[in-house]
Amino acid sequence: MKKEITVTINGEAHTVEVEPRLLLVHLIREQLSMTGTHIGCDTSSCGACTILVDGKSIKSCTMLAIQADGKSIITVEGLATVEGLHPLQEGFKENHGLHCGFCTPGMMLRAVELLEKNPNPTEEEIRWGISGNLCRCTGYNNIVKAIQYAGAKIRGEELPSTEPEFV
Amino acid sequence: MGHSIKRKEDARFIQGKGNYVDDIKLPGMLHMDIVRSPYAYAKIKSINAEEALKIPGVIAVVTGKDLEKYNLHWMPTLMSDTQMVLPTDTVMYQAQEVAAVIATDRYAARDGKEAVMVDYEPMKPVIDPFKALDEDAPVLRTDKEGKTDNHIWNWSVGDKEATDKLFDSADVTVKEQMHIPRIHVASIETCGCVADYNKVENHLTMYMTTQAPHAIRTVIALVAGHVGLTEEKVRVISPDIGGGFGGKVPVYPGYVIAIAVSFLVGKPVKWVEDRSENLQADSFARDYHITAEMAATKEGKIQGIRFKLLADHGYTDAAANPSKFPTGLFSICTGSYDYGTAYLEADAVYTNKPPGGVAYRCSFRVTEAVHAIERITDRLALEIGKDPAQLRFENFIKKEDFPWKSPTGWEYDSGDYHAGLQKAMDAIDYEGLRKEQAEKRARGEMMGIGISTFTEIVGAGPSKDFDILGIKMFDSAEIRVHPTGKAIARFGTKSQGQGHETTYAQIIAEELGIPAEHIQIEEGDTDTAPYGLGTYASRSTPTAGAAAAVAARKLRDKARKIAAYLLEVSEEDLEWEPGKFFVKGAPEKAKTIQEIVFAAYTNHPQGMEAGFEATHYYDPPNLTFPSGAYICVVDIDKETCEIKVRRFVAIDDCGNIINPMIVQGQVHGGLTQGIAPAMYEELIYDEDGNILNGTLMDYLVPTAVESPSWETGHTITPSPHHPIGAKGVGESPTVGAPPAIANAIVDALSPYGITHMDIPITPYKVWKVLKEKGVVE
Repeated sequence: MKKEITVTINGEAHTVEVEPRLLLVHLIREQLSMTGTHIGCDTSSCGACTILVDGKSIKSCTMLAIQADGKSIITVEGLATVEGLHPLQEGFKENHGLHCGFCTPGMMLRAVELLEKNPNPTEEEIRWGISGNLCRCTGYNNIVKAIQYAGAKIRGEELPSTEPEFV
Repeated sequence: MGHSIKRKEDARFIQGKGNYVDDIKLPGMLHMDIVRSPYAYAKIKSINAEEALKIPGVIAVVTGKDLEKYNLHWMPTLMSDTQMVLPTDTVMYQAQEVAAVIATDRYAARDGKEAVMVDYEPMKPVIDPFKALDEDAPVLRTDKEGKTDNHIWNWSVGDKEATDKLFDSADVTVKEQMHIPRIHVASIETCGCVADYNKVENHLTMYMTTQAPHAIRTVIALVAGHVGLTEEKVRVISPDIGGGFGGKVPVYPGYVIAIAVSFLVGKPVKWVEDRSENLQADSFARDYHITAEMAATKEGKIQGIRFKLLADHGYTDAAANPSKFPTGLFSICTGSYDYGTAYLEADAVYTNKPPGGVAYRCSFRVTEAVHAIERITDRLALEIGKDPAQLRFENFIKKEDFPWKSPTGWEYDSGDYHAGLQKAMDAIDYEGLRKEQAEKRARGEMMGIGISTFTEIVGAGPSKDFDILGIKMFDSAEIRVHPTGKAIARFGTKSQGQGHETTYAQIIAEELGIPAEHIQIEEGDTDTAPYGLGTYASRSTPTAGAAAAVAARKLRDKARKIAAYLLEVSEEDLEWEPGKFFVKGAPEKAKTIQEIVFAAYTNHPQGMEAGFEATHYYDPPNLTFPSGAYICVVDIDKETCEIKVRRFVAIDDCGNIINPMIVQGQVHGGLTQGIAPAMYEELIYDEDGNILNGTLMDYLVPTAVESPSWETGHTITPSPHHPIGAKGVGESPTVGAPPAIANAIVDALSPYGITHMDIPITPYKVWKVLKEKGVVE
């Protein structure tokens, strides 16, 4: 009872046969071996599996692979371009926005949509905007900074300092 | 040292190229899922796998009876207690592993799990740890010969007689009963493994989420040596770890079952638990009931403490404390204050709850200890009507009194508590806040200010006192410098996000003058890394970080000899500056470290050992004692009883700082794991032993919204005995934050006669207590 679907991931079309119940995250991780998208829970609470489906941030553990038929997906593997890192990748690295790295791909992809909809968010808007994504390591301060940094970079403004305010 | 260089490990993490256990895919790999008990205490009447085995892809269902044939159905815990791998007849807690389903893919394994039929005969469980000690309580551990009660151990320290005498005669005594509830680390990556047994080679490669790969390899060899898996035949690889916080120290039954199945079928077996299994069955943290008492003069001079503990370990003592310290380092509970009398007594019991007692980003029960001393200190301040900051200033151990011997046997290495608290008070404008609070109180508004001035105890530990399962708690570093002057260094620890690839390289760079970017750091592979006890309890910098410095100094000594040979001078004529040796008074006559290393392979003095490598196993002479001063401001809404942390200032002292950016990052993260138990997290069980919040939908891990914008800073009091004066920091904030928050909330509520509230302090609890006092409707 497998069904053939075609999904475009990071610009490359994949035609695959899937069981109707297969979760999109398992298609990406197991069948297509792109393991940058992570799984952190079984209740759609943690956001580690967040990807972009047609530009919208989606928890890929909460979508069936067949629902992605014909859609265009961006995962963490597709964030950087030939020109270099995505501003969010740069922002996370420059601002120590990650420790263990497990929530990072989902957090960045969520922030891509957040910044597209709201290019210059306040701290509060960022905090609410990423509240579907859990991080257990960083305490979020530097994730907020990372997203502010990426926002400034995308807007073409002067980049905020990445020195820690730890005096 | 002291530079916020960006992390080396980030390049792979931000590009989806990390390598976590669940990313590992081996040819022919099977998947395992686990059938778990719905009951907290029950006899297993039968397990029927017939329907499960009919499901396409399911190849086996493994039960305790199957493991019993190989004597693999029991295993030791790290506390030398025992734990079932799979039960043969009785389940002891809800979510306990009952059987394992092996299948060709994840979905078939889950289908098989749903189809295994288990017939149980439920029994009345023992859930309340106090009732577990009742004379008529059923004895739970009937597997232990001669066991007649549910008591595990009793431990005490201090002078009981002197303490009792003090409490009989003191001007002022205060007392509170506290519960530090059961919580869960809930690292975003759950636990899992790929067990890969090669029958031809009789060799096991075990990829697993472990913070302590070497210790685990030894445990595997101890448990499975009798079936041929001796230690040289076992390789444990801990790849990238998605957060640990203590939850990835123990050995869980799932790991052992995966090994057993791989051993039996000769194929790799992957087991990755889901989040609910992780919350419901893996080691919990805390669950201490504490009676805390403090004695003082009427002026507020603290004279002594008397603490009594009851530890609920669940079904087995599966904590990971050093052997001599079953209640961990709780005896740091004397705090940052100068007095000489203390007595602490602890008991532990079995109940029908999941086993554990591991850390939650905390060094061996220090969080519980700090909570108790910081809360009871505030209780004293309230009792005698003294400002809690003033009370602390008057009682702090003075900077010049270090090293300071505590009445429970520790020697605090260094500290400057006055400076830390003053800095925190200046940063937050303490005086201004107290003024504002007085005005608000006059208007009936609720605002609270809470202080915590904690002393941590980390870096376990000196081999004379510290071991786990007999293995001494040293740690190690091995540095190899290649002919071109670039290096690789390997360690017995294992980062789970702490940034070791960056900070260890910085330590070696500082000592040897080789740029950090040319020093590759490796951890987590028992075949290549030197032996060490792993990363937990904020021990990596105090132990392995020290080992790195000492190993690098051994190399510097060798470099001096080679430089003297190359420059044709005596060693005494040489002076070191980072990166080169030069002749005293003639700085143009110099050899860089790169030239020296190259000579070690191409032109070394005759009679000297060639090459440029050093290893050091560092046995710390003492523990390190980081400290901090935290101040929290809360506003409580009288209508909704919502608690808002308005500001939180954290001043940490972790000695010399290797990378300020990483230290600050550790502090931020630890603070969020401090507000979590203070206001949100608790694993709740009903009287039948059912967990009431075993998923991330109802176990409240703070998001970016609940987590305040932390304000951080530091003071520096180097450790006098650590080679680079560092102390460790990862857990300080988790230890120090909860009492600051609880003290702030109690401070806000104190005008209504409230002297204590147990964490997590929720709006509901606040509403309930205010209603009891007639303050709200």
